[in-house]
Amino acid sequence: MTPQGDSNECAARLTRKDFISNQDVRWCPGCGDYAILASVQRVMPELGVPREKIVFVSGIGCSSRFPYYMNTYGFHSIHGRAPAVATGIKVTRPDLAVWVITGDGDGLSIGGNHLIHTMRRNVDMKILLFNNRIYGLTKGQASPTSEQGMKTKSTPLGSLDRPFNPLSVAIGASATFVARSIDVDSPHLQYVLRRAAEHKGTAFVEIYQNCNVFNDGTWESVADKDVRSDRLLVLEHGKPLVFGKERKKGIRMRPDMSPEVVEIDGDTSGLLIHDERRQDEGYHFMLSRLTSPQFPQPIGVLRAVREPTYDELITEQGRAVTPQQGKADLETLLYSGETWVVS
Amino acid sequence: MTDSESTPSTPVGPHRPISELETVVVRFAGDSGDGMQLTGTEFTKSVAHEGSDLATFPDFPGEIRAPAGTLAGVSAYQIHFSSQKVFTPGDQPDVLVAMNPAALRINLPDLPSSGILILNTGTFTRPNIEKAGYTSNPIEDGSLSKYQVYAIDISKQTSLALEGMGLTAKEVGRCKNFYALGLMFWLYTHPTEREEKSIRAKFQKNPKVAEANIASFRAGYNYGETTEIFPSRYFVPPAPIVPGTYRHITGNEATAIGLVTAAQLASLPLFYGSYPITPASDILHTLCMYRHYNVITFQAEDEIAAATAAIGASYAGAIGTTGTSGPGLALKGEAIGLAVMTELPLVIVNVQRGGPSTGLPTKTEQADLLQSMFGRNSECPVAVVAPATPGDCFWMAIEAVRIAIRYMCPVIYLSDGYLANGAEPWKLPEVASLPKIPVTFRTDPQGFYPYLRDPETLARPWVIPGAPGLEHRIGGLEKEDITGHVSYDPLNHEQMVRIRAEKIARIVHEIPEAQVYGDPSGDLLIVGWGSTYGAITHAVKLLRQQGHRVSSMHLRYLNPMPANVGQVLASFRRVLVPEMNLGQLLMMLRAQFLVDAVGLCKVQGRPFKVSEIMAKAEDLLGAYERAEFATHTEVAS
Repeated sequence: MTPQGDSNECAARLTRKDFISNQDVRWCPGCGDYAILASVQRVMPELGVPREKIVFVSGIGCSSRFPYYMNTYGFHSIHGRAPAVATGIKVTRPDLAVWVITGDGDGLSIGGNHLIHTMRRNVDMKILLFNNRIYGLTKGQASPTSEQGMKTKSTPLGSLDRPFNPLSVAIGASATFVARSIDVDSPHLQYVLRRAAEHKGTAFVEIYQNCNVFNDGTWESVADKDVRSDRLLVLEHGKPLVFGKERKKGIRMRPDMSPEVVEIDGDTSGLLIHDERRQDEGYHFMLSRLTSPQFPQPIGVLRAVREPTYDELITEQGRAVTPQQGKADLETLLYSGETWVVS
Repeated sequence: MTDSESTPSTPVGPHRPISELETVVVRFAGDSGDGMQLTGTEFTKSVAHEGSDLATFPDFPGEIRAPAGTLAGVSAYQIHFSSQKVFTPGDQPDVLVAMNPAALRINLPDLPSSGILILNTGTFTRPNIEKAGYTSNPIEDGSLSKYQVYAIDISKQTSLALEGMGLTAKEVGRCKNFYALGLMFWLYTHPTEREEKSIRAKFQKNPKVAEANIASFRAGYNYGETTEIFPSRYFVPPAPIVPGTYRHITGNEATAIGLVTAAQLASLPLFYGSYPITPASDILHTLCMYRHYNVITFQAEDEIAAATAAIGASYAGAIGTTGTSGPGLALKGEAIGLAVMTELPLVIVNVQRGGPSTGLPTKTEQADLLQSMFGRNSECPVAVVAPATPGDCFWMAIEAVRIAIRYMCPVIYLSDGYLANGAEPWKLPEVASLPKIPVTFRTDPQGFYPYLRDPETLARPWVIPGAPGLEHRIGGLEKEDITGHVSYDPLNHEQMVRIRAEKIARIVHEIPEAQVYGDPSGDLLIVGWGSTYGAITHAVKLLRQQGHRVSSMHLRYLNPMPANVGQVLASFRRVLVPEMNLGQLLMMLRAQFLVDAVGLCKVQGRPFKVSEIMAKAEDLLGAYERAEFATHTEVAS
């Protein structure tokens, strides 16, 4: 049966190498996925979870090949359904650490329904959504995060669809943990991954990822090293919202409750102080809407609140109901209700 | 409360003779708000306690509350009970209780001449008569003259009986079904005490309503007792029923209890993922009550999540099951393919209903057989089983789980609306006699490969996360034989396609042979599957009594079919396949066995009548006999 032995000791000795599977990585050379894989493999040994207790579940798409490259348990499922498969795994086995790998097409288009319902239930799993704003595996069609007007193979005259903002979707679905990071910013990404791993409940992480074949440079305007400090807002809990190369810009609220960028000179009073633990979603939603070029785009942990997880509640219900219901054997099961004897 | 002096058990009225009957079919019909389903099930419980054999057929509209008094809102419940073995809910009622004009109009065509018709005249108002589409009052215009009509103002009688109990007019109106029930108890000489206890238990949260229903029930009973309009009462003796402990069970209940039992026999948690859909939802409702049996029910966001979460549960070490009806099975198709590819156990319960598309949600049909066999992309074989009766749902649910685990494959379990809501007295099994379902989770990393197979069943090992040293990846991409690595190799693909097919084919070695009812050879074999069992068996019994050389074979395993099917088919001159579709099993039999079988198709959302099957069989037998005669005359001349 299930080995329940405590292998923490063993886990403590694990290194990045232990999480590299024997499969050849087959993403295109230069793909942002390599950097994400490397960061995940670096973070895994630090989490103190034995390899055999970790399951990576994915859907379909370039990102969804991810589980093959992790030397853990892995399930490459069908398009969009990874959160549902992962829900079945987690409620059956709350002892497992469950990670879902998805993309902007897989998670927000064909699998949008499962994504939002998993987040509203707060099933304890980590969902990493690699956002490259294009369908890569099918060779370059517009995705639900592609900008309006973007010309792709399926939208030669420009995409008419208004894009989804993944963070807004997550916060709208009351996700208890919402964060964003960037494929090439390894230290930041590793920080966010650790935070996600520590979170109890659904942890949703959007990762800006470059598809150098079909949508090269899609995040350049915000994430390029030269512009990053002006175009990104690095969130830190309890710190004022300050950004810019010289850290001379900040964000505050106007009296009409809309945010504005203001120049500051050392004095941060009046600026918004980041609070990832606020229960109501309004502030976090406002953050998720900050978009370049008017605003810097937030990265880091937007929201992290502790609420009972779905799997905890299931376990709790089971514990509560069992003593009330009495004996659970087959005799009681079958011979219940109104019975009569024919002799 | 009114403690009626004339308690029902103390006869005060004129003495009425009691005639013995072998078989009775009663149909209660009324507006969907009239409580006809409750009336029917209460009467059924009493019939079961009296020892008759029985079968029931609830027939209700798709609308929850269609406008009162309309044809669309008519709900009915038919019960067939007998001192002999009962196979079906009966072709036509002997007694029709019609609580309003619409119920009369819908159901009267089924009542034979001189049948008993009990009418609630209180509802035959002008607007109701018109709503039912009558131009004149059928009670007064002579159109009912060929029936034995008992016109009673049940509405008024009920309100008189409940006077002074402090009920609103609406509450009083809700009690009139118990008046009709009381009358039937009197007519069929059923004891009333047990029923009164049952009403009190049913309405224990609202004692006022319980007492009102009892008062109404007694009033109905006493009406039969004191008035002289009924010339006789009836008595149906107990049937020769196999001794044992019995319980009244519907197909949906038996399916749910069967799944829980199977999981217990396998010592596994049961995971049931489902999205609400008629007529399968009751399985979810029943399973919800068994959390303490390590049952996890998951009301998913959609049909696809219900199936894929069940696959995740199986992967993690539960027995993953999902339930739905036809449209939901269509949505689960891709997920079933994933379970075929990853070779994980999965049970898919499909309670079939009229289709295509939304079709007839509350009506029965058996038209998802080919969808179950072939309704997925590519070569995607699964096992298919089908229970024959409500009680058989218990056994086939266990079979479905056993096969899914033993062969690491999906099993589609085909029930239908008729089995799901139909009920029968079910003999409870001896718990000790139920065989365990062995489960082995592989934990030994030595020589482990995810697709290394059991040489006998071809099943791959079931490895669940948590086993150190066996970390591996599975998924929907084609896998290399044995190693399970992703593989695009052409020959490997064909090999894997053939292995997956062979694995399902090998199930045949571990399922029972098909039973033949009647002689092992003869002029006509009637082959059925699923809920047509009762009608076919009854028809064969009657045909045999008439001296025909007719037998039947009922298939509970449809993929693979039992090993002896071909040989049985070849032992009869003609083969008839009655189905509630346009010939799906017929197509499979003709394709697999090159047999010139004939279909009898009925796709009306209603089950077969015994008489329909008999007529077709007689037609075939007659044609055969005519041909035989012609051959003999030719020889003679």
